[in-house]
Amino acid sequence: MANIIKIGMADLNVAVSPDILQTCGLGSCVGICLWDPVKKVSGMAHIMLPSSSLGKTANDAKFADTAVPLLINEMRKNGADESRLVAKIAGGAQMFSFYSSNDIMKIGERNVEAVKAVLQSSRIRLLAEDTGGSYGRTIEFYSENGKLYVRTINLGEKFI
Amino acid sequence: MSLYENLSETQLDAFREIGTIGAGNGATALSQLMGRKIGMSVPAISVLPFSQVPDAVGGAEKLFAGVFTTISGPAPCNILFMFPVDCAKTLAGYLMDRKYGQDEDLDEVGMSALAEVGNIVSGAYLNSLSSFTNLEFVPSVPALAIDMAGAILNTVLARIGIAGDHALLMETVFSEIEGNVTGHFFLLPEADSLEKIMEAIGVKG
Repeated sequence: MANIIKIGMADLNVAVSPDILQTCGLGSCVGICLWDPVKKVSGMAHIMLPSSSLGKTANDAKFADTAVPLLINEMRKNGADESRLVAKIAGGAQMFSFYSSNDIMKIGERNVEAVKAVLQSSRIRLLAEDTGGSYGRTIEFYSENGKLYVRTINLGEKFI
Repeated sequence: MSLYENLSETQLDAFREIGTIGAGNGATALSQLMGRKIGMSVPAISVLPFSQVPDAVGGAEKLFAGVFTTISGPAPCNILFMFPVDCAKTLAGYLMDRKYGQDEDLDEVGMSALAEVGNIVSGAYLNSLSSFTNLEFVPSVPALAIDMAGAILNTVLARIGIAGDHALLMETVFSEIEGNVTGHFFLLPEADSLEKIMEAIGVKG
C-alpha cells in the first residue's frame, strides 16, 4: 500500500516507492518535484518566494534557491544519486488579476523563473511543467514511476 | 522563530479590541448594504506557521471566493475576505436581487458585487483602525479570485513570507442571522506594522 505524504506551504519532504507526495492548493507557489528513476526516490518542495535574498528567515524550504539544495540533500540521505535526478514542476499561477503592475502580483511568474534557474545551475533536467495561468493546482507525485498528477477546479486533471 | 513571539497578552488584547470594534463597523456596513441582519464573531487571533493557515478555513483544497485588498501607509497590512463559494453566490445574489443556481458560476457582475462587499467591509474596518491609531490606511482596489483556498492564500502569504515564517491572523466570521452566509475576514499585518499600531495606541509589551 502506498502512503500519501502531505506537504504544506513552505515545506518539503522525500518519499521512496511506492509512496506518493502530495501538496494541495498551489497558487503562486511552485511545487518542485525531483526523482531518481533508478532508486525510485522522490522529493517535493512547496516554495513561496523566488529568492532567499528577499528576507532572512530560518526556513530554507520557503525559497526556490535554498529549497532545491536542501531537497537534493534530503533525497541523497534516502539513497538518491544527484546526477540522476530529473524534475517536474507545477504552479506559479497569478491568482489575482486586477493590478498586474504590482510586482508582488507577478510572484507566480517570478517563482517559476527562479525554480528553472536553480534547476539549471544544479544540472537537473526539467522533464515537464504545468505552470502559469490564473488557477490553483493540487499535485501528487508518484515515486514509483515519476508521474506527476495535476488537478484543477475548472480545467480538469492530467498527468505530466 | 516567530516575528510575533514578543507580543504580550496585553498587546494581543488591545489588538483584539480594535478588531472587535472594526469588525462591528464592518458588520453594520454590510447589514446596511444588504438590508439584512449580519452578525459577527469576536475576533480570534492566532499566529500560525504558513503550512497551517489553510486549515483555518477548512483545508487547502476547499473551494473559496477570496477578496484581497492590500493596505498601504505607515503600517501596511493585507485584508483577505474569504467566502465558501455557495455563500459568495448567495451574497452576490442578495445584492443583485437574483438567485444563482447550484451549478451556475458567478458572472462578471456577481464578482464585482462581491468585490464591493469586500471594499465596504474593509473600509469600515480601516476607518475604526485609523481613528484609534491616527495612522493612515489606504486600501487598494480589491482583487477577486475563486479557487482552492490554499491557492488564494499562497499569493497573500507570499507578501508576509518575505519577513517571516508565521502569519498573524485576525479572523472574524460574519454571518447572516437568518441564513447561512459565512465569511472569514483576515487581517494580516506586514512585518513591522503590528508594532507601529501598538505604538500608536500606546500599548507597551
